[in-house]
Amino acid sequence: MEQYTLNLLFVGGTFLLYIGIAVWARAGSTSEFYAAGRGVHPVLNGMATAADWMSAASFISMAGLIAFSGYDSSSYLMGWTGGYVLLALLLAPYLRKFGKFTVPEFIGDRFYSTTARMVAVACLIIASITYVIGQMTGVGVAFSRFLEVSNDAGLFIGAAIVFFYAVLGGMKGVTYTQVAQYCVLILAYTVPAIFISLQLTGVALPPIGLFADHAASGVPLLTKLNQIVTELGFQSYTEHHTNTLNMVLFTLSLMIGTAGLPHVIIRFFTVPKVADARWSAGWALVFIALLYLTAPAVGAMARMNLMDTIYPGGAQAESLKYDERPDWMKNWEVTGLLKFEDKNGDGRIQLYNDSSEEFAATAEANGWQGSELDVNRDIIVLANPEIAALPKWVIALVAAGGLAAALSTAAGLLLAISSAVSHDVVKGTLAPNISEKGELLTARLSMAVAIGVATWLGLNPPGFAAQTVALAFGLAAATIFPALMMGIFSSRVNNKGAVAGMLVGLFFTIIYIFLYKGWFFIPGTNQLSDTPDGWMFGISPLSIGAVGAMLNFAIAFTVSNATDAPPREIVELVESIRVPRGAGAATDH
Amino acid sequence: MSENSSSNEYWSANIRLVKFCLVIWAVVSFGFGIILRPLLSGITVGGTDLGFWFAQQGSIIVFLILIFFYAWRMNSLDKKFGVEEE
Repeated sequence: MEQYTLNLLFVGGTFLLYIGIAVWARAGSTSEFYAAGRGVHPVLNGMATAADWMSAASFISMAGLIAFSGYDSSSYLMGWTGGYVLLALLLAPYLRKFGKFTVPEFIGDRFYSTTARMVAVACLIIASITYVIGQMTGVGVAFSRFLEVSNDAGLFIGAAIVFFYAVLGGMKGVTYTQVAQYCVLILAYTVPAIFISLQLTGVALPPIGLFADHAASGVPLLTKLNQIVTELGFQSYTEHHTNTLNMVLFTLSLMIGTAGLPHVIIRFFTVPKVADARWSAGWALVFIALLYLTAPAVGAMARMNLMDTIYPGGAQAESLKYDERPDWMKNWEVTGLLKFEDKNGDGRIQLYNDSSEEFAATAEANGWQGSELDVNRDIIVLANPEIAALPKWVIALVAAGGLAAALSTAAGLLLAISSAVSHDVVKGTLAPNISEKGELLTARLSMAVAIGVATWLGLNPPGFAAQTVALAFGLAAATIFPALMMGIFSSRVNNKGAVAGMLVGLFFTIIYIFLYKGWFFIPGTNQLSDTPDGWMFGISPLSIGAVGAMLNFAIAFTVSNATDAPPREIVELVESIRVPRGAGAATDH
Repeated sequence: MSENSSSNEYWSANIRLVKFCLVIWAVVSFGFGIILRPLLSGITVGGTDLGFWFAQQGSIIVFLILIFFYAWRMNSLDKKFGVEEE
């Protein structure tokens, strides 16, 4: 069967499945729309959380980053999983006990302040919108590569599917669709990895294969990889080359940011009991770990395969002739994500580190005049099965998996945005007397508007889309996480302290990012140069969220201690969320 | 009064457990994975050292164990202090 037909079959089949689930899991009440009626089993909720959390970035980009920078990219692995420890220990059970529907609602009630609630809504919307743009562009790219339709047409198809199941089903529809999407994406990620691990090391489990011996040479895979990349002037794969303080802060920012991202937190509102919220965080990490333990193996093995393809006889021998390049290179050259330029005119492909001064002499002696192959990191996972010459159905499965990852995260984010708008802004502030039916309609309308905005942004992606991820994590880390944690673990922090802390965290983080990335991300307006030498104390704008969070804590405690203690009913509220008993009652309000 | 002191005790038992888990959380990731990596460089794991393993695999496995351990301990604390949900 043709590759195109197979792709169509896999993608079309999974889409039919999502639509079927949406029809089955329609939401009839606001409780079902916001929290799936709090009836989701912790294991299923864990799966849905995993799909919600693992976006196009985890599925498509992460292994590519690891492939090209090795150990230095470990921050992503530790940061995006370690956040779940914080969620399970510090937030999830208490927020479930509180028994409301949104993150700003908790912040508004605990700090008895509409201002605090609105600051939280603003952070939530900025963080979620910036995230959605990336997902929508991911959908467009995956469609155009695998279904050979235009980028825009792909985006419209994706938006229509999300519109259908998210608007109809709310949290209930999204949750059950995400369970299906998780199964698709994890199969799509692990099946090719198992094949490749078997080819390279003879070990079926990729996480074990990573540390096993390279079958062709008999030395450990990582030793072999270090050898070939350093022979071409690249940095070694397994050593640490960056600033230690920055790596620690970056990892910490990703952890705190993960625990503060609203679309992840609201997932823990959907389980029946407080004890289930604790288990559910564990199950979520089990399902996430299946991908995150595979990713470093995918990265290292993809790098190994790429090097072997270009230098079939090793780095000392002649490299691959351009005319003899494999089909996958031809396929990706069409997309422009893989480029070849024969700088020295020898008809062969040279791939080496042409910015290394030590290697310049060797390159000159070889007659090389610059690295000739430009490989976009984002194609590593998608091209992986083709590089390893796996069967056609595996390639089709990867296409369906990439789309599942992007769609599930987009739906979760859109849900967080629409519930903040309808529940916090409309019902909480503008029209408190709105009926349940009216609120449900508002939630669906705001969801439709959010999808419209996200699609428009996906069609006209602002040039700064990639950089705004730093903003999303920075904001979640510096504002939402500290406010939630202090709200639970301190009964002394009051409304003034919380608002002051959030505002300081917000502005400190935004200003630091803008100083390096340009004001409102407009190129050329940055005052400081965004390079390791230009960063204050070597701290990159991506890592600043952790510092913002520390400032938030410090300011909130100082201001609270200098002002009145919170009223008696707030102290009682804090005491009540600390014990699980009575959580069932809290939902029937 | 007795109920109040028992709920204080429940809360401080919880805080002790949280602190214990967070120390391990930090030691495996920021410690073994990053800062203390040079100290572990003598221990070889499949072509590299133990610090690399912790940074790319070990810490994730420890995180998993920590969350399930915490959930299990907390659920039994809930029962011991009689604050579990019916």
